[in-house]
Amino acid sequence: MHLSRSARIALRVAAGFGFAVIYVPLLLVLVNSLNPDRSASWPPPGLTAHWWSVAWHNSGARDALWTSVRAGLGATAIALVLGTLIAFAVARHRFFGRGTVSFVVVLPIALPGIVTGIALNSAFSTVLRPLGVGLGLFTVVVGHATFCIVVVFNNVVARLRRTSGSYEEAAMDLGADTFRAFADVTFPLVRSALFAGALLAFALSFDEIVVTTFTAGPGVETLPIWIFDNMTRPQQAPVVNVVAAVLVLLSVVPIYVAQRLSADTATASRV
Amino acid sequence: MSLLTRTAGALHRRPRLRLSLLLTAPLLWLAVLYLGSLTVLFVSAFWTTDSFTSEVVKAWSTDNFHELFTTPVYRQVILRSIGVALAVTVLCAVIAFPLAFYTARVARPRWRPLLVVAILTPLWASYLVKVYAWRLILSQGGLADWMLKPFGLSGPGFGLSAAVLTLTYLWLPYMVLPIHTALEQLPAGLLDASADLGARPGRTFRSVVLPMVLPSLAAGSIFTFSLSLGDYITVQIIGGKTQLIGNLVYSNIELNLPMAAALGTVPVVVVVLYLLAMRRTGALSSL
Repeated sequence: MHLSRSARIALRVAAGFGFAVIYVPLLLVLVNSLNPDRSASWPPPGLTAHWWSVAWHNSGARDALWTSVRAGLGATAIALVLGTLIAFAVARHRFFGRGTVSFVVVLPIALPGIVTGIALNSAFSTVLRPLGVGLGLFTVVVGHATFCIVVVFNNVVARLRRTSGSYEEAAMDLGADTFRAFADVTFPLVRSALFAGALLAFALSFDEIVVTTFTAGPGVETLPIWIFDNMTRPQQAPVVNVVAAVLVLLSVVPIYVAQRLSADTATASRV
Repeated sequence: MSLLTRTAGALHRRPRLRLSLLLTAPLLWLAVLYLGSLTVLFVSAFWTTDSFTSEVVKAWSTDNFHELFTTPVYRQVILRSIGVALAVTVLCAVIAFPLAFYTARVARPRWRPLLVVAILTPLWASYLVKVYAWRLILSQGGLADWMLKPFGLSGPGFGLSAAVLTLTYLWLPYMVLPIHTALEQLPAGLLDASADLGARPGRTFRSVVLPMVLPSLAAGSIFTFSLSLGDYITVQIIGGKTQLIGNLVYSNIELNLPMAAALGTVPVVVVVLYLLAMRRTGALSSL
């Protein structure tokens, strides 16, 4: 479409405004972590790195970070196995209810988190409590894995659809059995999609708060829960500021790696 | 023949066996654990709670739903939540469209992939941190107050409008991306043809661009709408005293789980209805 000069300028301005809306809040979080003051008033009275060292030694934030990492790794491991299995079933087989399977995989992320959260919560307390198992890190991992399956599935299924099964058939014609064909042909083809899926699953779990609220036992505090609990405490504000800034900086990592790994990953997989 | 080779042979000859081995574990997880829990939750919406002991009474009744539709507070909150979700969707569309138009058709082709990454990156920034950022902006004496001061105004503070603003910010990338993709795929020849036939840019936009982008806009709106409808954390942090459906569900969990379950069905039903409405626009196939 041939746009007039003024239309182009208007669009540039609008886009500039859009990008400003997207990035100013994130930049503010970064700047605010250097704010010596406990209040969030703008502009900050000065800049200091003092709170970064305070936050580094804050045991609550550290423990929460470690809990989040363990929950994320556990959920990612489960999601990786289950998501890959479904992806192979859906991409390489035709069967009754194939569409339903893809739908059920998406459901945990499509329904409001609070619905998934209380459903799992009441299921855990009715089934596990009589067995003497209370809510804890384990139940958080189970809850997170449920909605992480979809990102692994999306990544792997996209890759499998683009690589036809004839490579495996060729390997088998050359004498490889099912396992050998998988190890030497299929796995190398999907490896980077697996890695990207795992990374995105971990990021999703690391960020989750609603399902965590309902599946975490007493004393299990992930980083988002820690931030949520400390956000409104003026005493903790500077440490929360630093933790928030660290998370903004870290969020660049998954997108960068996923983008490098496979083009079909980053755009589609979160949705 | 070794056991491994024989297993491989057996698997190769029986695709059904292979399929069932692939599907058993994931389906047990998703169908039994997840769908099972969901079903029990929705069944429990038809149970009641003993108001004296707070124990759940497992007797079939539609009291909760009756209460849901007749209590003015509930009706008000449900309507407010739907209104917020619609407002967020409209705001997202209004901000996203020019942005996507720029990244897809105006910016130099060399820059486009980079601009897409620039839109995607904040999508991966922590949800809570993004809400926290708006808490900083809208707090008293914060950035919003500071920016509006020269005009003799002050920021909106915490409340309903703060919640709408923050939710718009949170879900904006979900709207920008599908619109960007649709605009990028518009064949340039089509636009030239429209111009050759005498259409001015405004007319081309209305008659050619907009109809072709509409399904993607609808697809994006599915995310902005349903994610806003189910949210309760943002409202808790930044909404002041405002209550949305999610907050009502949350406040009922401890004392009246059946009522919480009944309230929880509302966003699910509304989202399903919204999905069905959007399916007519062809949005689901462009997801």
